[in-house]
Amino acid sequence: MEGLLPKIVFIYLAVVLVVTSLLVVTNRNAVHAVLWMLVMFLHQAVLFITLDAEFLAAVQIIVYAGAVLVLFLFVVYMINLRTELKIHNFTVFWPAALFVSVALVILAAQALKDFRAPQPVGDMTPEAIARVGHAKLLGKALFTEHILSFETVGVLLLVAVLGAVVLTRRIRMIRGEGL
Amino acid sequence: MIPVSWYLVLTLFLFAIGAFGFIARRNVIIMLMCIEIMLNAVNVTLVALGRGLAHTTAHVLVFFIIAVAAAEAAIGLALVVLLFKKTREIHMDEFRTLKG
Repeated sequence: MEGLLPKIVFIYLAVVLVVTSLLVVTNRNAVHAVLWMLVMFLHQAVLFITLDAEFLAAVQIIVYAGAVLVLFLFVVYMINLRTELKIHNFTVFWPAALFVSVALVILAAQALKDFRAPQPVGDMTPEAIARVGHAKLLGKALFTEHILSFETVGVLLLVAVLGAVVLTRRIRMIRGEGL
Repeated sequence: MIPVSWYLVLTLFLFAIGAFGFIARRNVIIMLMCIEIMLNAVNVTLVALGRGLAHTTAHVLVFFIIAVAAAEAAIGLALVVLLFKKTREIHMDEFRTLKG
C-alpha cells in the first residue's frame, strides 16, 4: 500500500493533463482554451512537485500561469473575433496532421521500448533535496556553473520586452518620426 | 517512486497533442498555445530524467527553457497583434501574400 498513493496521484495528473491539452487544441473559443491551459499548467506544477522539483513548480505557476497566460488572455481580448465561433477551426488537411501525430507517437514508442531507467550520477539526490532544499541546489548550480547562461537569458528577456514594445507601437508614430 | 518511463509516455502523448494542434489549427493564438504545450511536455521529460539521473543540469535547463518560452510568447503575440492590425485576420490559411 506504500507505493499506491503516488501512482494514483500520477494517474489523476496524467488524465487531467491529456484531457485539458485535448480541450485546448479542440476548443472553438480562444478564451476557453486559455482557461483550460491554466488548469493544465497548475496540474503540471503538481507533477513537478511529485518529481521533487519544488522551485520549478513555483516558477511554473508564477511565470506560466501568472505571466504568459495573462499575456495570451490580453491578446485574445484585444483581437475580438466574433466570427470565430461560426467558422471551421481546423485546416482542411487536419487528417494529415492527425496521421503525423499518431506516427510520431508510434515511432517514439518504438524508440522507448528498450528504455532502461538511468543510474543516478549527480549530486541532486532526493536526500540532498530534503536536506538543503531544491531551490538552494538549483541556485548553486545556476550562479556558479551556469552564470554566463543566466546573464545571457537576462539580456534575452530584456530584448524580448523591447522587441514586443517596438513591434506593437502605433504606425502613426512611425510616420511622425519620419521613418 | 513512480518509474521514469511513465513520465516519458505521458509527455510523449502531450507532445503529440501539441504537434497536432500546431499543424491543424487555423487560429494563430491557439498555434502559439500549442507551442507552449510542446515546451511543457519537454520540460516534464527533462525534470523526470534529471530526477532519474539525480543531476542538476536538467533542472537548470528547464529554468532556461521557461525563460526563453516567456520571451518567445511575448514576441510571438506582438507579431500576432501586428498581423491583426495590418490584415484584420488571424487565421493562418488566409495569408496568401507572403513573399519568398
